[in-house]
Amino acid sequence: MTSSATLTPILDRLATLANGRAIDRAEVPELSFDDFQQAILAAVQLQQRVVALFGMLDPDPEIVPLYLVLADDQQSLLRLARTRVRGDRFPSLTPRCPQVHLFEREIGEQFALRAEGHPWFKPLRYHRSYRPGYDAWAEAKPSVAEAKPSVAEAKPSAAGPESQPPIVGVTDFYRVDGDEVHEVAVGPVHAGVIEPGHFRFQCHGEDVFHLEISLGYQHRGVERALIGGPNPRSIHYAETLAGDTSVAHATAYCQVFEALARCQKTARAQTLRGIALELERLANHVGDLGALAGDVAFLPTASYCGRIRGDFLNMTATLCGSRFGRGLIRPGGVAFDVDAAILDDLLKRLDASEKDCKNAVDLLWDSPSVMSRFEDVGRVSRAAAQDLGLVGPAARACGLQRDARHDQPSGIFRFAHIPVSTCDSGDVFARAYVRWLEVQHSIDFIREQLRALPSGAVRGDVKPPCPDQLAVSLIEGWRGELCHVALTDSNGRFQRYKVVDPSFHNWTGLAYALRNQQISDFPLCNKSFNLSYCGHDL
Amino acid sequence: MFNTLLARLHQGHRTIEYPDAPPPSLPQRFRGRPIIDASKCPDGCALCAEACPTQAIAISDKPRIDLGRCLFCADCMNACPAGAIRYTREYRLSVRQREDLVVDSDHEMKLASALDEKLKRLFGRSLKLRQVSAGGCNGCESDVNVLGTVGWDLGRFGIQFVASPRHADGLLITGAISQNMRLALSKTYDAVPSPKIVIAVGACAISGGPYAGHPEVQNGAAAAVPIDLYVPGCPPHPLTILDGLLRLLGKIEEGKNLTPDSTIGK
Repeated sequence: MTSSATLTPILDRLATLANGRAIDRAEVPELSFDDFQQAILAAVQLQQRVVALFGMLDPDPEIVPLYLVLADDQQSLLRLARTRVRGDRFPSLTPRCPQVHLFEREIGEQFALRAEGHPWFKPLRYHRSYRPGYDAWAEAKPSVAEAKPSVAEAKPSAAGPESQPPIVGVTDFYRVDGDEVHEVAVGPVHAGVIEPGHFRFQCHGEDVFHLEISLGYQHRGVERALIGGPNPRSIHYAETLAGDTSVAHATAYCQVFEALARCQKTARAQTLRGIALELERLANHVGDLGALAGDVAFLPTASYCGRIRGDFLNMTATLCGSRFGRGLIRPGGVAFDVDAAILDDLLKRLDASEKDCKNAVDLLWDSPSVMSRFEDVGRVSRAAAQDLGLVGPAARACGLQRDARHDQPSGIFRFAHIPVSTCDSGDVFARAYVRWLEVQHSIDFIREQLRALPSGAVRGDVKPPCPDQLAVSLIEGWRGELCHVALTDSNGRFQRYKVVDPSFHNWTGLAYALRNQQISDFPLCNKSFNLSYCGHDL
Repeated sequence: MFNTLLARLHQGHRTIEYPDAPPPSLPQRFRGRPIIDASKCPDGCALCAEACPTQAIAISDKPRIDLGRCLFCADCMNACPAGAIRYTREYRLSVRQREDLVVDSDHEMKLASALDEKLKRLFGRSLKLRQVSAGGCNGCESDVNVLGTVGWDLGRFGIQFVASPRHADGLLITGAISQNMRLALSKTYDAVPSPKIVIAVGACAISGGPYAGHPEVQNGAAAAVPIDLYVPGCPPHPLTILDGLLRLLGKIEEGKNLTPDSTIGK
């Protein structure tokens, strides 16, 4: 074990930044590739986290610049560095640092760089690389003639001639061989009203040896389309990165925008953003608690919570007309103010929903038939959660104290503190119970803020973003931390816009939770994470 | 066990009475069907069209809004210097023909008519749908799911989402149809026995929504399958979706007053 004294010098070379602030791009230090990787290893050994690691296009097509954002939660600081990769490959850090595994696959896919030595180097979203003519998997691809006819027909007609576009879901899936081993494949279309994704289980009887999750079906090119902005669509892209997380993503986008443009926000606007964020958490957590009850066939809580979720969505609609908070969060503040009548109405409805919610959810903990299905199912150890870099309730259910509202506070959370809710068993019960603790804290927070809403305007003047800046924004959405990073060019336009949804970190956690579990527990484990396909696929 | 029974008493009966009674009132700030007053438009003004994120507004002599592209974001209303556009709380928006989604100041909206007699006889009392989600944000899926909760209880109309296309009478499609879902959608459509119907829910499934024009998507389901009902919105309110489904099945009688209150519509 290296002592922290020998680790810090390399980290001291990195630029530091507070959440929701911008920095001149020139101030982000460029490290050699080796130092860049050493910085990641040093930070992770000190319990810091990789919140973003991404590439971008360079005028020289032979070069891919990489950017790194680390979160130092103890000091509430972010650390930044960059490096350059020349050519078509780089040595993978994943064997020594599992939490970068998907970041490296993403860089590989977007910028056609092979992560040499990556144990699991496969496409992530199945799209062409952003470097025209370059493809990390060019050698491995069959020609059109070799591919199955039905699959070949599926190719987009707009496909250019230079290389074969990837075929979604066609990759070298991990397989376990043996007489009594069988494979179960599910999706992309699921047996319900659910987003598309493909799951492959390697099973021995009912037991799952391994689950591989293959996504990309929701890929609609949002990161690519954000380049060149801001424009009239940009905020709508943010609101639809993950539609059930509109408030959190729109807030992250606006914080990035405001940092780039050096805008001030009023206290009233920041408080209303916080209220909307917690209402979003309430609706989703309550919905999840109901859905978890449904998955163990406990219909009372399933029915009640399904309805109570709507109560919270309708409170958001009272604020802005949309149940998902669309149209509320805008650069410079919020687009809707509240008057005394709305405040009074919301406080009354909050009280009523709190009673209904407590009544419905307490049934879960009182019912042995529910508890026996929740406990010790889908366990993730604290060490695994740490190694994989899990975030949100999934991480807190493993005992990790990790909450961007507390560790990297921005907006109202710099002044109003919400306790971090944890549980240590890492199972379905823990993920359910952490949600319930958070529901109670969110209700308390909203009540407090509604009663003491600062006066003043809700929206200030908005200027265009400044040129040659880099801004980072972390928001604790209901699934966990989401990260937006924007780099502006010399005209103040987005040259790169990186989005890291909490699901990006957590899908591997779900795969891990299924190991040595019964395949019949998959729906329950899946619901206990309730991850976003569109947030991952972008 | 005793607590479970007490909770049942506390929670009560919560299913809405609609369509036998007026639907629940919508929030004051709810943005339903937009209304244009072209007489207020200043000469040569195109600020609404420039502000629209999805090019839903076309101005030839007067502005027209394509609700199939509209995100109901009100960016146009906020950009208009003359107050010529405003959003009403009218939630009834579903149509049978794509062109009926284009609204202007001169025409009433032509809401969805019921299926023909043969299909109504087949599906009117029992409609099983397979849902295909294909390149959206999960917002439409969320509000379709809401119809299954006790508050809305879609099952009382005989409408149900099923776990196989072989069990289905039709598809309910959400999302802009990503290139990566194109094959899965056409296979699912082919697996549904005929006769079958297709319902497109949300701006994405109708036009591509915020992703219209991206090479990664197909700008809606119409490129892949024929569509029988269009439900616009981003996402549409559950009431808008339910209204569309019930109109398609002929369960809403024209002329019957189902307006939540008198402030909407005009």
